[in-house]
Amino acid sequence: MTFVKTKIELAKLQAGDILEVLLSEGEPLDNVPRNAVDQGYEVLSVEHVEGTTHKVIIKK
Amino acid sequence: MSDTKKLSLIAFSGDFDKLTAVFTLATGAAAVGYEVNIFFTFWGLDAIKKKQGRAFLGANWLTKIFGFMMGGLKSTPTSRFNFCGAGPKIFRYLMRKNNVATLEELVEAAKVLGVNLYACEMAMHVLGLKKEDFIPEVKDVLGVATFLQLSEGGRTMFI
Repeated sequence: MTFVKTKIELAKLQAGDILEVLLSEGEPLDNVPRNAVDQGYEVLSVEHVEGTTHKVIIKK
Repeated sequence: MSDTKKLSLIAFSGDFDKLTAVFTLATGAAAVGYEVNIFFTFWGLDAIKKKQGRAFLGANWLTKIFGFMMGGLKSTPTSRFNFCGAGPKIFRYLMRKNNVATLEELVEAAKVLGVNLYACEMAMHVLGLKKEDFIPEVKDVLGVATFLQLSEGGRTMFI
């Protein structure tokens, strides 16, 4: 579901815009960057924020 | 072996838990580039009705009673542990608490991601429903033959 929401937000942006996604580790952390790249977006960074939360920055 | 990224789902069940599975599969697949079709039939038609809540929809008194009993997404029962309606409430609470998308959110996501929604002609006929009774995003009313054509080359699942 995390990637579904990410995809929907990305669809609203213009080319070159940046999206910050806060997500949980485990499946979302594995899936979101990989699927973003598969779909042709650029993953700028993946950082650990705190606890089980991570941040992924994606450029359209 | 299917090679195209296409997924077709037959949504036969009108249960809360099974519809959640249908829309989770549909949105997940659509998000990673699949072409997704959902064919709503029989109890599944309840999920795409425009009128939320119970209403006497139908062509004659028998179908109107069914129209009343099938009150749309908000009143779908769980397939087990329904406890006269407490089941879905408990599951919605658990889903929200665990930050899992609710059925309504999944349906909205499906519409946004361009999932193709179709209604079964035969079931509509029996239940006395018309295309206008459904949400506008329903692409078309079809029968089995057309559905088999459009699901060709992809995977089909019955839920």
